[in-house]
Amino acid sequence: MSKKLLLKNDHVPYINKLSVYREHGGYSVLEKTLKNTSPENVLEEVKKSGLRGRGGAGFPTGLKWSFLARPEGVPRYLVCNADESEPGTFKDRYLMERIPHLLVEGMILSSFALGANTSYIYIRGEYFYVARILEQAIEEAYAAGLLGKNILGSGFNHDCYVQVGAGAYICGEETALLESLEGKRGNPRIKPPFPAVAGLYGCPTVVNNVETIAAIVPIIEMGGEEYAKIGVGKSTGTKLISASGHINNPGVYEIELGVPVEEFIYSAQYCGGIRGGRKLKAVVAGGSSVPILPTELILKTANGEPRLMSYESLGDGGFATGTMLGSGGFIVMDEDTSIVKNLYTFARFYHHESCGQCSPCREGTGWMEKILHKILEGHGTLKDIDLLWDIQSKIEGKTICPLGEAAAWPVAAAIRHFRSEFEDYVTNPESIKDIKHYYRLQN
Amino acid sequence: MITSEQIAFSKETLELVQKMMLRYPEGKHKSALIPVLHIAQAEFGGWLSAPVMDYVASILKIQPIEVYEVASFYSMFNLQPVGKCLIEVCRTSSCWLCGAEDIIDHIEKKLDIKVGETSKDGRFSLKAVECLGSCGTAPMMQVGADYHENLTIDKVDELLEKFKTEDKQSRYC
Amino acid sequence: MPLVTIDDIPVEVPEGTTILEAARMIGGDIVPPAMCYYSKLKTSGGYCRTCIVKVEQGSAKDPRPMPKPVASCRTTVMDGMVVRNITSPENLEARAGVVEMLLINHPLDCPVCDQAGECHLQDLGYEHGKEETRFEFPRREFEPIDIGENIKLHMNRCILCYRCVKVADQITDGRCHGVVNRGEAAEISTYIEKAIDNDFSGNVIDVCPVGALTDRTFRFKSRVWYTKPVDAHRDCAKCCGKVRLWNQGEEVLRVTARKDKWGEVEDTADGSTAWICNECRFDKKHINDWTIEGPSKIDRHSVISANHYETTLRNIKADTIKMMGSKPHGDKVTLGTGALDPNNIH
Repeated sequence: MSKKLLLKNDHVPYINKLSVYREHGGYSVLEKTLKNTSPENVLEEVKKSGLRGRGGAGFPTGLKWSFLARPEGVPRYLVCNADESEPGTFKDRYLMERIPHLLVEGMILSSFALGANTSYIYIRGEYFYVARILEQAIEEAYAAGLLGKNILGSGFNHDCYVQVGAGAYICGEETALLESLEGKRGNPRIKPPFPAVAGLYGCPTVVNNVETIAAIVPIIEMGGEEYAKIGVGKSTGTKLISASGHINNPGVYEIELGVPVEEFIYSAQYCGGIRGGRKLKAVVAGGSSVPILPTELILKTANGEPRLMSYESLGDGGFATGTMLGSGGFIVMDEDTSIVKNLYTFARFYHHESCGQCSPCREGTGWMEKILHKILEGHGTLKDIDLLWDIQSKIEGKTICPLGEAAAWPVAAAIRHFRSEFEDYVTNPESIKDIKHYYRLQN
Repeated sequence: MITSEQIAFSKETLELVQKMMLRYPEGKHKSALIPVLHIAQAEFGGWLSAPVMDYVASILKIQPIEVYEVASFYSMFNLQPVGKCLIEVCRTSSCWLCGAEDIIDHIEKKLDIKVGETSKDGRFSLKAVECLGSCGTAPMMQVGADYHENLTIDKVDELLEKFKTEDKQSRYC
Repeated sequence: MPLVTIDDIPVEVPEGTTILEAARMIGGDIVPPAMCYYSKLKTSGGYCRTCIVKVEQGSAKDPRPMPKPVASCRTTVMDGMVVRNITSPENLEARAGVVEMLLINHPLDCPVCDQAGECHLQDLGYEHGKEETRFEFPRREFEPIDIGENIKLHMNRCILCYRCVKVADQITDGRCHGVVNRGEAAEISTYIEKAIDNDFSGNVIDVCPVGALTDRTFRFKSRVWYTKPVDAHRDCAKCCGKVRLWNQGEEVLRVTARKDKWGEVEDTADGSTAWICNECRFDKKHINDWTIEGPSKIDRHSVISANHYETTLRNIKADTIKMMGSKPHGDKVTLGTGALDPNNIH
């Protein structure tokens, strides 16, 4: 049985209300911390916990916090990245919708550690109703003296605001998010400087994912060392996985890092196996941008070891035979799925979401989508497959921000592992008519 | 048709906007641009005309081009009029895997419009959109601010019936 | 002072210098091309990615290589940094990829483009362009528009370098054009029909690396290589009054700011940039308006002007020929003499 730290109370009725949240121990960690602990100690515990950014990049949170510049007389900011937009990922929405106070408590705790008197939760515009839930939670927290001036008599002042976006995947990139928060187009900034030195309004800023900030609460509650005992190796703690696609039980699962992928897919506790008793064909394990893996490589590494749900194990074999944990957006595809068509939906997505600032991404994402469309229409050639490969390689690593990689990797991986399927599409376009190109609704 | 002179927020809305601007440090009120554009879109018929954007610029004391640049960047801002009921069906990976194309086909037939079009009576606009973070409850559509998930053809029919009389233009709630 | 080595050439540069500026101090072939960077405009650069280089060693302190190519215009040198530009085939391949991206939607309408002969994209295509285009879809198209009485915007040719936006932000009062829409649909625009109208707006023409923003008063008057550039000045109340006239006989066809070998507007003696006002640029078209200083020294040669407008076919890539609207004759090609096709003129 996996340990639950974030979602232990997600099914308690009215847990979104402050009174219920408090009845279940909510804000006690904040209270104790403000009374008995220094900001430095909080940072120390986070470092010890080994917590890694849950938004996708997996950068150690304690390290990120320790980079924050602290010049005298300059405000520091904490910004929560709630712009969750990576296809396949919906865990932050679930967490905010169910237990908004966990995020608010995490925001106050983290801000205390960072010495930030103002924080913003930047949430994607489509999640408007979730923003309202957060705003109500924040209002309750103000009324209870958990936000505002001199919180619980500690002398610590903190204001927390919700900011809505307006439909742009790119704003999940932290510097694009900051631009958007400043009321501008979501164009990623050229780094350096990094936000830790010059972030929001040019001031030192930490940007963390919703799940990362929420995880601060159990970490401080149990201590960093205890938290680090959960999980496997450098993949410490628990992780929210958004499971979707052709599985019996789609949803958000909190897993202890290190659960075998096979168990995650087939156990009744998690995905409950493939819908309709079909066979597994492929999995995108960490959100649309990470490499897709065929059954044999997602269940076992190239060395025949069982593949685990952890940063290291999913990454085993590099991109040749491995993938990434990413944001934990776990998309499962059964035997009838067209990998080419699925890739097309990804390519269309990245084309739609490119900000247009730098040339390889602005031009290359549209080009890849057009070629994939041509292949799906039955007009592709073998040369087109090589061209796709070449274009993705000309985008990867050449762009201002990681959207270039995010657009390139899925194309590379689909061709790497499913080249024969692409070849079928271009050498025998007639056969495409018989291929079950896309999925019909379940009856 | 609203003329430029008639474009003005109500007193209550203006107060809300003024309050919103206090969320940001002094001189950084441009930060309120996106939230204020959402409000403007909701108040002025579900889309942002140039005069509406100019009005927003005047409230935030910024150049109109700064508003145009931002409004045209984000997919939730409509720069053309939309129907009274805006239907947005997600079609990215997980939703596609679970039958989003069937849903889109069905709505197209039912409303006799294609994706990107508005019905002749101005009631419905249909858009196909990219991932809305509802992959575990696919297929889904957003209508106004609401998420409708685990869609089936029957469920869609029921909803379309309901929206014949219910306005769902703005995602701002 | 940090010591940086670029393509095996060491140079000591002031603290805070970018790799690109360090390379310019060395000069010659190792200088990365810059389409969006403009040293006189703050926060310019980083967008087009043509100036990417490989950093083989980050610094003496931290010798690890940088994992990805970096934009040399926005990356500051560190002491002991080792950079490869033209001595890295991998880097040249990456740059060729960027150039291809810049060209896939470009109309290649050089025969009717006033920028031909001074166009940075033309040069870039010549140096890095592929034999043939691999892009087989319809190109992105926009209608050309007049933004103001004297400036023409051909969005089809734009590479979104943001220089004109920065000019409007930094040297004029009140910007009224910008980048609207997103991704592939992004364009330079005023959004609503509006003239860019202020004393210094004409400088957007001088900073445009391609033929997206051109001088309407010079439209189709002549190919630039048939004009004779002379430096001239006048007493101007609004600007420095130091300009370059592009003449045919006694006729002043065009007035621009004076540009250096990087294609950037020169500095005046006091160190400020010699931007010129619209009156000097558009209204002073009589030779008697000016005191002539003498023939201009042109430091920057384009692919056309470098070889007396004629060169051998084997040096020229197909794309470039197409761009210049020329047909090969035997093993020789005459560049850029493609007639102005009236049907192609907007």
